Amino acid sequence: MSARDRILAKLRSAMPAENLAAPDVAGWYAGHRAVESSADKAARFRNCIELAHAEVHAVSAANWLKTLWEVLTAKGLTQLLVAPGTDHGRSAIGHLSLTGIACRPYDQAIETWKEEMFHRVPASFTGARAAIAETGTLILWPDEHEPRLMSLVPPVHIVLLDAGKIYNTFYEAMQQEGWKDGLPTNALLISGPSKTADIQVTLAYGAHGPKELVVLLMGEDA
Amino acid sequence: MNAQPIHFKPSEGFRERAKAVVDNPFLRQSFRGAMDFLMTKRAAQFPDAEELESLRTLGEHIRQYNLGKLPDLLVQLEENLARNGIHVHWAETPDEANAIILGICQKHSAKLMVKGKSMVSEEIELNHAAEAAGIGALESDMGEYIVQLAGEKPSHIIMPAIHKTKEEIATLFHEKVPGVEYTDNVDALIQIGRKVLREKFLEADIGLSGVNFAVAETGTLCLVENEGNGRMCTTTPPVHVAITGIEKIVEKLEHVPPLLSLLTRSATGQNISTYFNMISGPRKPHEKDGPTEVHLVLLDNGRTQAYADEQLRKTLQCIRCGACMNHCPVYTRIGGHAYGTTYPGPIGKIISPHMLGLEATATMATASSLCGACAEVCPVRIPIPELLMRLREESFSAPHAKPAMRGQGAGYKGWVTAIWRVWAAVYRSPALYGMATWLGSRFRGLMPANQGPWTTVRTPLKPAPKRLRDLLRERA
Repeated sequence: MSARDRILAKLRSAMPAENLAAPDVAGWYAGHRAVESSADKAARFRNCIELAHAEVHAVSAANWLKTLWEVLTAKGLTQLLVAPGTDHGRSAIGHLSLTGIACRPYDQAIETWKEEMFHRVPASFTGARAAIAETGTLILWPDEHEPRLMSLVPPVHIVLLDAGKIYNTFYEAMQQEGWKDGLPTNALLISGPSKTADIQVTLAYGAHGPKELVVLLMGEDA
Repeated sequence: MNAQPIHFKPSEGFRERAKAVVDNPFLRQSFRGAMDFLMTKRAAQFPDAEELESLRTLGEHIRQYNLGKLPDLLVQLEENLARNGIHVHWAETPDEANAIILGICQKHSAKLMVKGKSMVSEEIELNHAAEAAGIGALESDMGEYIVQLAGEKPSHIIMPAIHKTKEEIATLFHEKVPGVEYTDNVDALIQIGRKVLREKFLEADIGLSGVNFAVAETGTLCLVENEGNGRMCTTTPPVHVAITGIEKIVEKLEHVPPLLSLLTRSATGQNISTYFNMISGPRKPHEKDGPTEVHLVLLDNGRTQAYADEQLRKTLQCIRCGACMNHCPVYTRIGGHAYGTTYPGPIGKIISPHMLGLEATATMATASSLCGACAEVCPVRIPIPELLMRLREESFSAPHAKPAMRGQGAGYKGWVTAIWRVWAAVYRSPALYGMATWLGSRFRGLMPANQGPWTTVRTPLKPAPKRLRDLLRERA
């Protein structure tokens, strides 16, 4: 018998004859979490993620590129990692290249440029799939166009979020988007810049991931 | 039962280790301060008592429901992980788990393994096994990195270096990290760690992580963290190996949000952690980063023993938030190292006996005032004091034929039982009781001045010169 079979046999011989009924997760959320208006969700999202030390700028479809440029300029950044296979990535390349900011496309496997990624990329720009108001959380589904290291390695991470895609709760997001029927290789919830309190419970940012997280919150009324 | 070698006997020297901490005002202050901070932060996350209680009830229900069908879920998880391209391994003992992980390392001729925070890897002492096999194992969680650099073990499951001051860490970095000047600025210290470890993420052949929740229906491994080192370990090296206890499984993805909320709010008083990392497979053909190979090691190490008993099974509901430690008056005073086990504090006292046997852990369950604070804050309502009572019973009752636990009766002493038998007989018989108290009051002068633990902080006990019945008779 293998370790697997022995473990399973031990568990099976001790398994309770009758299990509890399945927990009512939906019922709990219906009773304990309000469904808010779009404006309230955006406000709650913003408040929560700002408390977690993220920088939020309200933008519109018309002016977000300008704000992106302003953010980069204010931080003295002249280079940006972008995803050329995405709409927002292409827009950023088109706009920023006219302003003197060098857009580095993530267009080849990391093995070929790992050193550069870890040492010489100061900032990155990605989209967010959606967000969660309750906890001030961005949802990212990295893929072949916008790989996962973009939101992890560069010291500054700038994210474009459509305010219309904010869910009330994590539970609501996964239910409405049908996550159980198809998750990507790596789905991420991000709720602020990287941090640690491991030295004398003193909070410090930029432990291993981005030191700064900037959210461009794209609404209609901005 | 598991044929696992006992690496150490936490019961031996426990009192001495505890006393050393209690006598050290510096450490006392460190733990007191940190635990007060964590308790306050947790309380701030649960302003609504009804919400907290109903969420704990839901959390308990989810954990019990999933444990109720654990073998089925393990099989379902294995199938779905395999479908997603993740290799699944099973280990009954720490030695088996180490052999599996080192086998993967050797297959890839690995020289360096970077590790995200994993208490299960501490449980199997992977770092020692890797070192013995000539493979570097580097901790990358800041707290774990500090503890490893100091040649110590974590003193708290969530805050591993809570026992160290920033000055001690400053000295440590200055002495152990080449080219580092002394600084006790916390931001600067973290940046030193970041710089050193970034190079290692680049260099590493294997990334190792724990698992907070494994989702059976989707074949997904979920990791909770704030620093980003967990994401580094699971994304940057070409191979990712995850290790988890067999109990950390949920059937449905929808079981995750309530448990995640309970976990982060109870652990560090955050409404959510900075990162929640959900991994459902290795890099796909056109993807540009992520490991090309992902493995999961499922570890038993005594968990099936806990599972076999309806009451002890509740131990496995744990989601490793550490709130029981933060609220424990004993943990706060003696710190994590005194316990001598991988998992300290209340959860350590109820889980370690299954891993190490009661021979090694018999006295652990006695290091409790049974105040009940741990059960009151437990996000999944584990009745820890009840379990401690049960473990005391298992340790100190006479050995019998069908024990529920390895090492049952390890603390049993025949003469102690004999004394209590005599005591019971005397108290049942008025004549014997009268005679005993008469003797006691006559020979009270013979009581020894040293009465063991009692006289370490109190004056010696002495029977009264006149018995109660004598005093009453005088009054009459």
